[in-house]
Amino acid sequence: MIGNAPFFVVGVLFLMGLVSLFLSKNLIKIAIAISIIGSAVNIFLVSLGYRAGGTIPVHFLAGEGSTMVLPTPQAMTLTAIVIALATTALLLSLIMLVWRHYGTLDIDEIRRLRG
Amino acid sequence: MRPLSVVVRTGCDLFAWFLIVFGANVIIHGDVTPGGGFQGGAVAATFITLLLVAYGGKKVFSWVRPGIFNGMLIFGLMAFFLLGLMGFPNSFFYNFIAVPHEVVQATGHGVIPPSGTIALMDIAVGIEVAGALSIIVLSMFRGIRLFREGPMEEESGHDR
Amino acid sequence: MNWNEHFPALLLIIPLFGAFLAPVCSLGGKMARNILLVAASFLTLVVAFLLWRSVLANGIQYYVMGGENFRLALPSGMALPVRIILEVDAFSAFMALCGSIAAFAGALFSVNYMNRFSGQSRFTSLYLLLATGMLGMMITGDLFNFFIFIEISSIASFGLIAFWRDKPSAIEASLKYTLVSQVGSMLILIAAGSLYGKYNALNMAAIGSSLTMGTMEKLALVFLVGSLAMKCGAFPMHMWLPDAYAEAPTGVTCLLVAVSQASLYGLMRVCFSIYGVAMGSTFVPWMIIIFGLASMFFGVSMAVVQHDIKRLMGYHSVSQVGYMLLGLGVGLLVLGDARGMADFGFTAIKGGVFHVFNYTMYKALLFLTAGALYYATGKKDLNEMGGLARRMPYTTFMFVIAAAAISGLPPFNGFVSKLLIYESSFAVHPSLAVVALLTSVLTLASFVKVFQTAFLGPEKNNLLHVQEVPPAMLLGMVVLTAAILGATLFPSWTLSNLVEPAARALVDQSGYIGAIVGGGM
Repeated sequence: MIGNAPFFVVGVLFLMGLVSLFLSKNLIKIAIAISIIGSAVNIFLVSLGYRAGGTIPVHFLAGEGSTMVLPTPQAMTLTAIVIALATTALLLSLIMLVWRHYGTLDIDEIRRLRG
Repeated sequence: MRPLSVVVRTGCDLFAWFLIVFGANVIIHGDVTPGGGFQGGAVAATFITLLLVAYGGKKVFSWVRPGIFNGMLIFGLMAFFLLGLMGFPNSFFYNFIAVPHEVVQATGHGVIPPSGTIALMDIAVGIEVAGALSIIVLSMFRGIRLFREGPMEEESGHDR
Repeated sequence: MNWNEHFPALLLIIPLFGAFLAPVCSLGGKMARNILLVAASFLTLVVAFLLWRSVLANGIQYYVMGGENFRLALPSGMALPVRIILEVDAFSAFMALCGSIAAFAGALFSVNYMNRFSGQSRFTSLYLLLATGMLGMMITGDLFNFFIFIEISSIASFGLIAFWRDKPSAIEASLKYTLVSQVGSMLILIAAGSLYGKYNALNMAAIGSSLTMGTMEKLALVFLVGSLAMKCGAFPMHMWLPDAYAEAPTGVTCLLVAVSQASLYGLMRVCFSIYGVAMGSTFVPWMIIIFGLASMFFGVSMAVVQHDIKRLMGYHSVSQVGYMLLGLGVGLLVLGDARGMADFGFTAIKGGVFHVFNYTMYKALLFLTAGALYYATGKKDLNEMGGLARRMPYTTFMFVIAAAAISGLPPFNGFVSKLLIYESSFAVHPSLAVVALLTSVLTLASFVKVFQTAFLGPEKNNLLHVQEVPPAMLLGMVVLTAAILGATLFPSWTLSNLVEPAARALVDQSGYIGAIVGGGM
């Protein structure tokens, strides 16, 4: 049961992110919601690769331990973090430009493209 | 942004350089520890962020030119690419200076295994990421300045 | 050394190298940068063509990045392919060929089109990066790398859509696309993670070889189908597509069309090659068919009321994607049923695959003509144009060809693929074909309207100075026109040499899996 706790956290975080994505009106809050969803996915990947009592998956640093945690999900997580950083930077820059053009961050007022 | 108080500035003077050293450490040991080019580069890029926060934009922009970071970016990318191409008769990014696994095992634990192109690739990626993140921070900072200071200026080159 | 074997890697290396080289090249002035853009995309096209030839001749090619040998999939003592593997079968090679033709045409077009604007070295970088991401999605054999490439192409396209950053609507379109596509790609990552957790593999072939349906697999399938259908612009999730297509610079829109086809490729790869007959129920095929019908009908019905020319074409994109989803969904419906497959299923898949080719060509051409109109007149609104046929004869000619092809008028290639889809979907249920026919009629009506308002009629006084666009732009359009006319004049050659191997490769799940994991599993 306690082994499943990370996945429970993942579910809660993911739902929190989705709810605030749909309910909040402020663009910065929406960007934060997207970051939360990304973090939930990263926790999901890392906890997939965890083995109880496992050591670092580097050949010569592992010491005497016989089990290692899986390295592939960790590599996936790192890549996902890099990508998340790029998108977050881009998203925030876009939000800055929106603020310059519209003078507001409320999504209900930013709707030039309709129909 | 205005410069912060003298306490912050002195703290920045004391510790900012260590960020670069630590970043370089993480980059160089990227092949054998859970670090690597991206992580080290990100640490090194916090140097410019710290300077911006502590000293404000006017001073920092008089100290550094964004062209330097552009150069780092291009150098890192090109180095990455050439390393990849060097493996070519076999396959892209083949570990051509690596020592086979059996030899590493025979030398025993504790010896840092020669990981071939991965170490070099980490250095290239580290330089690239440090440059790119610095550019991101600087240009976002410039973006803030643009609408802090009065009305929006016309953008160049977009003639519509 | 035989370069034939390295084509899959070269297909990614050339545009990537071009993207990295662009800031250096732009130190040498505008000319050097333009040459780089065109040369990199032309070389990509050549490599894609050679790769396609070699795959047709020698069967599935795969390429292992960073191995001692590019054929070495498995390190000794392991039973699963662990390295970064590119796998190219006839379907991927076909898609890569379509995509690189569109990329080449868009690059030629952009040389003149972007000439007036600053920031061109970034434009070149992002354009080639977008092409890299698109081609990577088409030839990767690995679910996680598929995510990486989808993100490369998304990030490049966010930047390109917001390229005119002093235009509020461009920023807004890019922001909308960013928000929607980030959530979608996170869902793809969750799906890849859950399949990894179950099967300890990320390779598509390795997952497909041992897949049995369970809760985790159903979850992954729903996430993958939902987010990839969003990326290719199926109906309920289409709202980003017309905005993004309308606001991006035109050369980029031409490439974005091909990128949405790469997402469609991913959808089909997941459904046919990973899940395949193991999918069991008919729920997902019907879901894809319903997505297809809804996007066809609602896309075209929203298109007829538009008067911004690029938005109108954007809504037509939604409706054309519906045809492909319909054709491939019908094929998926009868995947496990040999008699139905021989009866109408394979025809449907052939129609869908042929429509991918046609759609990429004529939709890219339509966007390029719209861009040419905008370049020459400076106007986007159809009501402000008129009588341009006399001023821009070549553009008019190419617009007529593309519009006839998209509306499915009989001699053109659009007719052939639509006919294949009609007859096969009629066998499933007549109402599917009725909706498809109705959509086709509305498409024709809409393009007749565009032709009539923009090109015919009296000349407007403020458009008297309009001239034909420069030759490089025309050349970009000619490339696509030649592809359309080629498929129109030689339909049986195209069907048997271009489409049928691709359709056969798509259906052949065991061949795709066997090429990587072999008989030794």
